[in-house]
Amino acid sequence: MYTTMLRIRRFEEKVVELFAQGKIPGFVHSYIGEEAVAAGACAALEPTDYITSTHRGHGHLIAKGGDLKYMMAELYGKKTGYCKGKGGSMHIADVDLGILGANGIVGAGIPIATGAALSSYLQKNGRVALCFFSDGASNRGTFHEGINMASIWKLPVVFLCENNMYGISMPQKRGMAIEDIADRASAYGIPGVVVDGNDVIAVYEAVKEAVKRARSGGGPTLIEAKTARWRGHFEGDPQIYRTPEEIEEWKKKCPIKRFEEKLLKMGVLNEEKIKEIEDMIAKEIDEAVKFAEESPYPEPEEALEDVYA
Amino acid sequence: MREITYAEAIREALREEMKRDERVYIIGEDVGRFGGCFGVTKGLWEEFGGERVKDTPISETAIIGSSVGAAATGMRPVPEIMFCDFMGVAMDEITNQAAKMRYMFGGKVKLPMVVRTPVGGGLSAAAQHSQSLEAWFTHLPGLKVVMPSTPYDAKGLLKAAIRDDNPVIFLEHKMLYGVKGEVPEEEYIVPLGVADVKREGKDITIIATSMMVHKSLEAAKELEKEGISVEVIDPRTLYPLDEEKILESVKKTHRAIVVHEAVERSGFGGEIVAIIMEKAFEYLDAPVKRVCAKNTPIPFSPPLENFVIPQVSDIIKAVKEMV
Repeated sequence: MYTTMLRIRRFEEKVVELFAQGKIPGFVHSYIGEEAVAAGACAALEPTDYITSTHRGHGHLIAKGGDLKYMMAELYGKKTGYCKGKGGSMHIADVDLGILGANGIVGAGIPIATGAALSSYLQKNGRVALCFFSDGASNRGTFHEGINMASIWKLPVVFLCENNMYGISMPQKRGMAIEDIADRASAYGIPGVVVDGNDVIAVYEAVKEAVKRARSGGGPTLIEAKTARWRGHFEGDPQIYRTPEEIEEWKKKCPIKRFEEKLLKMGVLNEEKIKEIEDMIAKEIDEAVKFAEESPYPEPEEALEDVYA
Repeated sequence: MREITYAEAIREALREEMKRDERVYIIGEDVGRFGGCFGVTKGLWEEFGGERVKDTPISETAIIGSSVGAAATGMRPVPEIMFCDFMGVAMDEITNQAAKMRYMFGGKVKLPMVVRTPVGGGLSAAAQHSQSLEAWFTHLPGLKVVMPSTPYDAKGLLKAAIRDDNPVIFLEHKMLYGVKGEVPEEEYIVPLGVADVKREGKDITIIATSMMVHKSLEAAKELEKEGISVEVIDPRTLYPLDEEKILESVKKTHRAIVVHEAVERSGFGGEIVAIIMEKAFEYLDAPVKRVCAKNTPIPFSPPLENFVIPQVSDIIKAVKEMV
């Protein structure tokens, strides 16, 4: 989980840098600061389980085993990318890894996860679907319909709300009258759990419990992981809606530092080991960037392919 | 040959495909014990059980959204939306999820799902239960759009749609559910993308869809008495569209009218007219005409509704203006 968090952090730092250099087209939504949620949650899943992701999806994809090379190539719009350059940052998917796609529409993954869980249920294959979404999405109709349907049929799905407190510029306080989104679980007769989203162990434990419940036929759980994104909604966001002090406060609660200190204290990690992991990740990222840069763009005519099966 | 209704034909297609492939399941509001708002799924719940004929709460978004998720993970859902007019509630799931997912993922996923939904007026159901919204769906690359007019076509096309690996919007006309027609006992498929010449003629071609096929055939019968020979082509599927058969007919008759129940403005008829203009202009003896619903919402009161929706007399009048 430590390595996963660090891999996400370094990947995102690189993406931010490359975007600033104009090498990545479109929008980039950085996941920096929220790494513990993806890493903790995906560690509690089996490789065959499904996830649905969001427009801020890089972290989820990496935690579920996404290959940095193909991800980076997709961000560049290259032919070798996960989606052959047709999806970009907001639409990366790898169905073989159970990744049913990042999604450009806020809250759209919720009923899709319910459907994947329904599919598992009908096929009796024991798979669980984990749905990442955020505070903003919990105000959408998809949230109500998707969770309600999963709840009445006791489908094997975990709804994981990454509450980073802002829907673009709308603070949670102004977007809803409640403090804990997990409270909404009671409306569907399912457990609602609040966890510290910057504590990877807490996330892992909560998701593990929810996955166990889902897999044994107990139905869905709504988990709310409270966290924060350090950067803007998108790269280039001037963030006039919050203060630099607020961000500094969250940086002090860095999920990676926090876990690192714990592991150092436990003796599981040492400086040498950290350097080893950092070096390994640096190498992976260099390779990914090299792969992306050296990969060809798709031929324009390829735009006409893959519309129909 | 035996005759069964359009609704029975659709039910047979569903039953046969569910028996053939256990990945096929039905999901929607009141589709279970109740048998569907128009009775199409009657008996299937008893036969296949609630696991495969899934009654849902009123949740169009989740009906389509969950079907996308299930189709992407190995199932073949056949969701029903009670009235086509309610598709708006699930339109993100149609436009941004079902239609685009395969493309955005670089071809790495298949979405075999068929959304069945009734279209059309004639029941005084007024503006929110009577629309023909096929143009919404043909405008979205990634979807296939099917619009059968007869029991034979409905059964054969639905079976083809269920076996197709793409999201298909299957538009049934609510006034056709009770209409009977010949349907063979033995298994058959009507492939998507093949138009049908519903009546041969030599003076003018009518390209008509759904309910308007029947009205056009009636008009053709009347016109025959006056010595006008009308050919009626039913595209059956709007995407893929059998352009060839349409053009072939126009090249033979040199005149064409497009008849559909959707409002004229930005309707699918405009697309057919454009195809004829681009690919058969030099064969035309007159400008192509459209006979469509007037550009208003569908009204409640019967005389108003009849005025807005094209009638046999409107089609006859249009033909006479051209021939």
